[in-house]
Amino acid sequence: MSAQTHISGRVTEADAKGTPIELVGANVFWLGTRVGTVTDVDGSFKISYKEAYRKLVISYVGYKTDTLTIETPKFITHTLKANETLNEVLVTTQAQTTSRSYFKAQNVITVNSKELLKAACCNLSESFETNPSIDVNFADAVSGTRQIRLLGLTTPYILIATENVPSIRGAAQAYGLSFIPGTWVESIQITKGAGSVVNGFESIAGQINTELVKPTTDETLFVNLYGASSTRTELNTHINTKVNAHWDTGLYIHGNRHNQRHDNNNDGFLDMPLFHQINLMSRWQYTNAKRGLVSFINLRFLNDEKQAGELDFRPEHDRFTTNNWGSEIDTRRYELATKFGYVNPNIPWQTLGVQTAYSKHEQASYFGFNTYTINHDSFYANAIYNSILGDSRHKIKTGLSYTNDVYDELVNTTVFSRKEHSVGAFAEYNYNNLELLNLTVGLRVDRHNLLGTFVTPRFHLKYAPWRKSAFRASFGRGKRSANIFAENQQLFSTARQIDILNTDGPIYGLEPEIAWNFGVSYLQGFTLWNRLGDVTLDLYRTDFKNQVVVDWEDPRAIRFYNLEGQSFANSLQVEVNYSPVKQLDLRTAYKFYNVETDYISGQLERPLTPKHRFFLNMGYETQRTKNGFGHWKFDTTFNWLSTQRFASTSANPIPFQLPERTPTVSTLNAQITKVFSSKFEMYLGGENITNLRQSNAVLGTNDPFGPQFDTTFVYGPIFGSLYYAGLRYQLK
Amino acid sequence: MKHLIILALLFSTLSSNAQNKNAKASLDVNGICGMCKARIEKACLNTKGVKWADWNVETHELKLIYNAQKISIDSIKQSVLTVGHDVEDNTATAAAYASVHPCCKYRNATVRNEHQD
Repeated sequence: MSAQTHISGRVTEADAKGTPIELVGANVFWLGTRVGTVTDVDGSFKISYKEAYRKLVISYVGYKTDTLTIETPKFITHTLKANETLNEVLVTTQAQTTSRSYFKAQNVITVNSKELLKAACCNLSESFETNPSIDVNFADAVSGTRQIRLLGLTTPYILIATENVPSIRGAAQAYGLSFIPGTWVESIQITKGAGSVVNGFESIAGQINTELVKPTTDETLFVNLYGASSTRTELNTHINTKVNAHWDTGLYIHGNRHNQRHDNNNDGFLDMPLFHQINLMSRWQYTNAKRGLVSFINLRFLNDEKQAGELDFRPEHDRFTTNNWGSEIDTRRYELATKFGYVNPNIPWQTLGVQTAYSKHEQASYFGFNTYTINHDSFYANAIYNSILGDSRHKIKTGLSYTNDVYDELVNTTVFSRKEHSVGAFAEYNYNNLELLNLTVGLRVDRHNLLGTFVTPRFHLKYAPWRKSAFRASFGRGKRSANIFAENQQLFSTARQIDILNTDGPIYGLEPEIAWNFGVSYLQGFTLWNRLGDVTLDLYRTDFKNQVVVDWEDPRAIRFYNLEGQSFANSLQVEVNYSPVKQLDLRTAYKFYNVETDYISGQLERPLTPKHRFFLNMGYETQRTKNGFGHWKFDTTFNWLSTQRFASTSANPIPFQLPERTPTVSTLNAQITKVFSSKFEMYLGGENITNLRQSNAVLGTNDPFGPQFDTTFVYGPIFGSLYYAGLRYQLK
Repeated sequence: MKHLIILALLFSTLSSNAQNKNAKASLDVNGICGMCKARIEKACLNTKGVKWADWNVETHELKLIYNAQKISIDSIKQSVLTVGHDVEDNTATAAAYASVHPCCKYRNATVRNEHQD
């Protein structure tokens, strides 16, 4: 072939119908060289060529930059695609499955879908097992509900959002985490501390946002089947279809079931409830990159039924009798959510987002002779406008939000009805000097019918004085109304009497909860023996100005009252991530909690909150074969919890008294995955492999209708070890 | 609702006369790392009239949006040259190049190779 000195081509963009239009002024240059040119009025270009040149870069502001590999010098026709900047781009410096941001002002930990595969089961509440920032524990001995904790505080103090719409709140507080199947989750962002004002005023310890899979990026077909030794089975199916040039749709079907009775700790009670769940989501996505529009419409339906209690309990014969103690919890939930996003195609910093969400949540349940019904209708709307002040170092977000919540509860024979609505305006300013400093100042003002008119300030600062470092500081205020029954449903599985000691407040007679959160954090990346790692130190304090104290200290009663005195949660976390050899990742953490509240009986440690926790996770992946698959993945997690304080049982007769503190708890989980091809993989795993078991999880088992009956003294696993296997099949 | 309308109006006015107030340009700027990126973008944004600057570490492309009534593309180029980065066929002065951090010496092959991984 004769040596060619130039090559020519044409650069176009596609209009709405897909017809190419010449692009004037696009940049064309050879990667790594200074040889470049700009396209002419007809989109054509001519650029000098040498055989050494391989990668041709074509770019234009507002369009995705493409790099073409040029094997032979011939005429090039190339179409650029407009940037879809609507979906927030998460920047990770390494291909880590869990990563902390070096750049953002907030202390954000991003967990991607690969990390979620490490704990193959099954829903959002179980997807934090490999993450040291979040603690997962059981709420009680009967419902099998997992509770999560951030900075020492339980779920009600964490704002849990689905695609930035607060979702696990109100009636969904107790079981809501188990209503989001793991395979629907694309990524999770955990913000420690105050968080942004954009998503409302309720967050206190932090925010957890879950991004769900999207019809345009999820697999065409995805099937996941899971089965465990407990006979729990789960099936997940995703079907994504392109409707036309602008519309895509996805149907996501989840079902789970567990119908075998187990009593491994021989207390006469089921170790885990019998349950079945149907969970459906239909997503519609509209994308028009040229006009800068993206829209989502989500429809969801959930039906969840649980049965728990004594081994021999049969609802049809035994319900509301003293034959056997049992419980049923039936939940139905309907959701309709819309999301509309606009990015000005000419000005990438101007965006407008409008979200609305409606949900109807109905729970009917009984626990022995206690009945509890809650219906919660919720509507949420939020509009956010993004722009810059002067230049892109000064960003501003501003908008309005509206919430409306209607609660109807029946607690045994008492009806509680409540309507809450609020209108709020917020503004958040972000300054990023691109090198050392990044700070965010947010303020919102809300007018709420029960909480009053109030201001919520939030402040975040990041300072990076040297390479790979991030010093962070934050403070912020949060305010919320406590849904005392929905959040503490384990109280119904006890013989305790319910006492609300205040009568003057707007919510069940109680005052709204108000807390300030302060935190500092230091992240440092390092290279040791040529391998990358990072170390983090987090220090946070949450200080309650008012709290609805949940007092379990009298074994005959559960008492709710406004805080008098102080209540705080201090937390310290040291975490090290390091990859000592290629393909091996280590993550280890130590945590210290000091969570104390002034109860009527004095200042005490919050019950069942371990002071110390040690965490170790190891992940190893074998080399991929030539075709890129056929490799193995190994993952194991070890957890150690120090002793925890039991709520006082000293008023009980001696046989029903518990020691002051629990024993320590160590658990070990492991999983092996074999990737057969890009389409198919299988996994096998074990939870609690050392078979640790709490034997005395239910107090007063011999007389569940007697005065000592209590299922809330749970500090560890009840079932013992559990093994599972599953498969995933996917078609791009 | 009223606020939404105001927002919408604000939006349309901003985008309608956006022509030269939001002029776009794309330049080839030499550099190697994240520190270079911060330096290049900062140099642009410190030039009055530049609203948005994004330099791509891999492709060396600097994308700009600026108010053409306030500033010319040549002045922006000059700002980048002043902080020590070569722009297209213009070479930064030796004095300017000397001011960049040792890890950013993009003309040096050894330094470039260190950034390869």
